[in-house]
Amino acid sequence: MTAELGHFAVILALFVAAVQATLPLIGAQRGDAQWMAVARPAALLQFLLVAVAFGCLTNLYVTSDFSVVNVAANSHTDKPLLYKISGVWGNHEGSMLLWVLILALFGSAVAAFGANLPPALRARVLAIQALIAVGFYLFILLTSNPFERLIPAPANGRDLNPLLQDPGLAFHPPMLYLGYVGFSMAFSFAIAALIEGRVDAAWARWVRPWTLAAWCFLTAGIGLGSWWAYYELGWGGWWYWDPVENASFMPWLAGTALLHSATVVEKRDTLKGWTVLLAIITFSMSLLGTFLVRSGVLTSVHAFATDPARGVFILVLLIIVIGGSLALYAWRGPQLVSAGLFQPISREGGLLFNNLVMATATAAVLLGTLYPLLLDAVGGGKVSVGPPFFNAVFIPLMLPMLAVMAVGPLLHWKRGDWRAAVQRLWPAMVAALAAAAGAWALVTDGPFLGPVGLALAAWLGVGTLVELAERLRLGRENLGRSLARLARQPRAAWGMTLAHLGLAVTIAGMTGAGAWVEESIQVMAPGDTVRLAGYEFRFTVSRDGRAVVVLNPEKRVYNVSGQPTTEAGIETRLTGDLYAVVGDRGTTADGRPGFVTRLYFNPLVAWMWGGLMIMVAGGALSLTDRRHRVGAPARRGIAAQAAGAD
Amino acid sequence: MTRVLVLAALLAVLLPAGPARAVNPDEMLADPVLEARARDISKELRCLVCQNQSIDDSDAGLAKDLRVLVRERLKAGDSDDQVVAFVVARYGDFVLLKPPVKGSTLVLWAGPAVVAGLGILAVVVFFRRRRAAPAAAAPLTAEERARLNKLLEGDAP
Repeated sequence: MTAELGHFAVILALFVAAVQATLPLIGAQRGDAQWMAVARPAALLQFLLVAVAFGCLTNLYVTSDFSVVNVAANSHTDKPLLYKISGVWGNHEGSMLLWVLILALFGSAVAAFGANLPPALRARVLAIQALIAVGFYLFILLTSNPFERLIPAPANGRDLNPLLQDPGLAFHPPMLYLGYVGFSMAFSFAIAALIEGRVDAAWARWVRPWTLAAWCFLTAGIGLGSWWAYYELGWGGWWYWDPVENASFMPWLAGTALLHSATVVEKRDTLKGWTVLLAIITFSMSLLGTFLVRSGVLTSVHAFATDPARGVFILVLLIIVIGGSLALYAWRGPQLVSAGLFQPISREGGLLFNNLVMATATAAVLLGTLYPLLLDAVGGGKVSVGPPFFNAVFIPLMLPMLAVMAVGPLLHWKRGDWRAAVQRLWPAMVAALAAAAGAWALVTDGPFLGPVGLALAAWLGVGTLVELAERLRLGRENLGRSLARLARQPRAAWGMTLAHLGLAVTIAGMTGAGAWVEESIQVMAPGDTVRLAGYEFRFTVSRDGRAVVVLNPEKRVYNVSGQPTTEAGIETRLTGDLYAVVGDRGTTADGRPGFVTRLYFNPLVAWMWGGLMIMVAGGALSLTDRRHRVGAPARRGIAAQAAGAD
Repeated sequence: MTRVLVLAALLAVLLPAGPARAVNPDEMLADPVLEARARDISKELRCLVCQNQSIDDSDAGLAKDLRVLVRERLKAGDSDDQVVAFVVARYGDFVLLKPPVKGSTLVLWAGPAVVAGLGILAVVVFFRRRRAAPAAAAPLTAEERARLNKLLEGDAP
């Protein structure tokens, strides 16, 4: 009964979405207020229906109803409650339901909080949200129904993959999807703007917080995924340039660019066409990510061709959404006239440079991810594109961006003076040189990128603080006044400072863990010791009270699947992680029985996730800024409308 | 039920059978310099039966065979490039995680640079047009010129 209820709710949601996608759009075109007014209740109702469907599926999982295929394939009565619940989205069908749930959640948020939006814009935004939703409801109902019954029901389920039974991965997909789907808001606003032929500061005021929220979730989601890989996969790696990772990284790169260009639209009334295009690209990358992960195309083009229902459906959806919106952009985009002028060396110029690098990086990752598939599809042979390729292309792109990132915020709007900015950055220069020299002195035989990475991290970190000090006029006025300015800084400004500082910390972590990781692999018998990175690792069976720290790596066997997993023992310190993994039985060099042990010292690795947390905190802080809750100031709103009417 | 079995089989193929254990002590070379070279080479070679894993990361049987092969070649006195060439001769370019620059990978390698170039070009055009636009919009009419001249001469209109 519950399954049928959920199934029925999805079907109803499809019809509500179909109404929401058409009537308000036509109403907005005709200027019919009653037709436009359909959008809000429809969006709320649609959310209610999907929430019911999602609740039904969750209920089926919690009560272990194995007469449902999806539950039987992914759950088990012995599973802890947390993983019964996270099992809902730990599979294809359930994750698609989560996707539409979040889409409907964002739509209902616009309906609920969008009272100060112009009615036509609101109607169009909600209609476009519903159009996307229609595509996904059809996808769920036609190819991926999570409520399908299994008769006769098995006595028990097949359990969730043990690797996925982990708190880090339980919350990774919802975070990621909140990010992916959050960018649909920017997309809907962009399409609505193209239909209206108008982008103004009020538009940017609305797009920015939604993009920022999506960006925060996506950053947190990627961070969680990387952290999970680090402690669960058991060899200390944290980023593999795997297509699945790239699928989430591309929207992040494009979304980061969007965040910065939307600032220019809001403050300077320029770069409008480009910002709209970026919004389209960002959401297209989210859709592409969903397609890549969900269609099976990554395993092999041929697997995709033999069972094409799902893949072809998403591919067609992708072509309609991306192709349609790009065509609309080509048609209506030139109408978006930008007013603000600026010099190449200016705050806008710096943000444009960020956009250039981010867009190029997105293209590079996209190309690297899709190239093997494309080449194979056209019969050009098989080729592998792995981490060595991505590192070779991505790192050179990021170095100049980090160098400019410290300078950009110090430039004035419209026309900046880069010499003056660089002169003010002398403390950052000193810090960068000190960091490089220190790294060089400590690790003489490491790769060249180590000192360079640390130097850039120091340059960016101290440079960001210099910019904060400039804003406070620290040292140029008396301390009391500077402190008063500190208290008056808007939260959005703090957000920028924190996010840039967070990136500096993350870069330091990536550099340390990427350049100077130390590793030792051997068979150890109880009592043996191994020296690594100045630490002495002793293999004991019981806890040793005199040791610096006790690591407890485990080998676990999951009862249902019989699959063994290794749990790393990790001690996190500011200077680096001590990381130990116990492997199979083996024999030591002198013939005693023991276990294979892998010991790692990962320098600064925790900084990476710490930095990501600071970035997310910065974004969240900026979201609480009062100016995101009010529309654009009325005066500018009227001026913009007058300009639009011309 | 068959559906469930198919799903389970798919999962078994798609997901690695547990965390990778990769390099084992019994494969490692006694000479640390040679072993370090073997590790570096292994990171560039793809485990052919895995998804996006190097042979250094994978615990598949084939990856182990390749790791041993790499070490044997190194012990036989091959240079790093010779080892890679030896493996490529047997398994093709597919084994390289960083594809070689050649006809079929030209788009891949040149792509990011082309995108960057187009982006720079677009930015240059953007600024050129901006600079040209106000200049074109500002030619003074004869009347304005006369007023300007008057102003410059110092008597108010």
